Amino acid sequence: MPTAKIPPVLRSSTGGEKEVAVDGATVGDALRSLASQHADTERQLFGEGGELNRYVNVYLNDEDVRVLDGLDTAVGASDTLVILPAMAGG
Amino acid sequence: MAGAQLDNRPCGGRYADIVASIGHTPLVELKQFSPKPSVRIWAKLESANPTGSVKDRVARSMIDDAEATGAISPGQTILEPTSGNTGISLAMICRRKGYPLKVVMPENVTAERTQLLAMYGAEIVYSPGEQGSNGAVALALEMAEADSSYYMPYQYGNEANPRAHYDGTAVEILEELDDVAAFVGGLGTGGTLMGTARRLKEADPATRIVAAEPLQGELVQGLRSLDDGFIPPIIDITLLDRKIFVSNRDAVVWTKKLIEEEGIFAGVSSGAVAAISHRVASDLEAGNVVTVFPDGGWKYLSSGVYTKTVEELEADGTLETASFW
Repeated sequence: MPTAKIPPVLRSSTGGEKEVAVDGATVGDALRSLASQHADTERQLFGEGGELNRYVNVYLNDEDVRVLDGLDTAVGASDTLVILPAMAGG
Repeated sequence: MAGAQLDNRPCGGRYADIVASIGHTPLVELKQFSPKPSVRIWAKLESANPTGSVKDRVARSMIDDAEATGAISPGQTILEPTSGNTGISLAMICRRKGYPLKVVMPENVTAERTQLLAMYGAEIVYSPGEQGSNGAVALALEMAEADSSYYMPYQYGNEANPRAHYDGTAVEILEELDDVAAFVGGLGTGGTLMGTARRLKEADPATRIVAAEPLQGELVQGLRSLDDGFIPPIIDITLLDRKIFVSNRDAVVWTKKLIEEEGIFAGVSSGAVAAISHRVASDLEAGNVVTVFPDGGWKYLSSGVYTKTVEELEADGTLETASFW
């Protein structure tokens, strides 16, 4: 099963868990699996139309899925999804 | 009087003042990092700028633009959120041109950044360290809304930021190299990536654009919700071919490799782009990979990055708490 890494800002919604095993063959399915296990994450992860929240970056291993195929990006059993808030520098 | 012939012409050039000397930085090959002879990696050393970072280009561009449009004139107080480098660059230029400067900066930056800002006479307002640059942006926007007398260049949304690279950094790269297979840039405001990418893509649409993004330590992710995430308005993600995150640990490991293998004393974000440049180069059969090293290591000495081992930095919490970008 793929693993989703939970950022500190979301851990109050996952009962403090830092990693959650998720189901799904795509990024979208895997994130919906996370939301089904921890309902409070759904509003933060997705917009009203089911799209990925603009301020959330999701990485398949270490590559941003928005530059891959977005929520349709294929996920393998040994993959890790890293969820992070978008942070600036400068 | 005839002098000895210069080995490298033109030399650094002759300028009316220090602000005019910004840019024209050296492009240095990283031979030890090259995975194969047919692939060459080049780094533009922005530490050669007057205050030691790439942000001199951006600060000059934003101030020039504001003067040209009549938005500011000497005496006008400038307000800007920054993780350090942009503030330091603005401080030097504002000092030269007669603009009082107030910067909003996370409280957990290295002491050197505070010292440099104070040296140039900037006033510093600290934002919560655990919110990183996002917290500085939010606080500066609040201050600007509450007091309309400030002028905020706002590097995250100011097109003069990427333009500094479109008209500067990228042109300088194209002067030195006939072809660029891939460009790797760090993602902070997005200015370096957007401006350089647009010019390089115009020159050769096949040039691959790769963003190296910092993975902040967990203790620098102290936001209240994911909605406190921040994406600079100048970023157009469609220009990117890849976007890869780099942990503080990997960035530090590669910063040390730069010293050990190439003799380059660079900041931690340079280690991050070096790591991704090597990875991109490894996937190529031939061509030039170009990156920008945003600054030198001077401003990070007090963090212990250059004197402690990675294990010591992990043990004392530096990798989780420090703000390097």
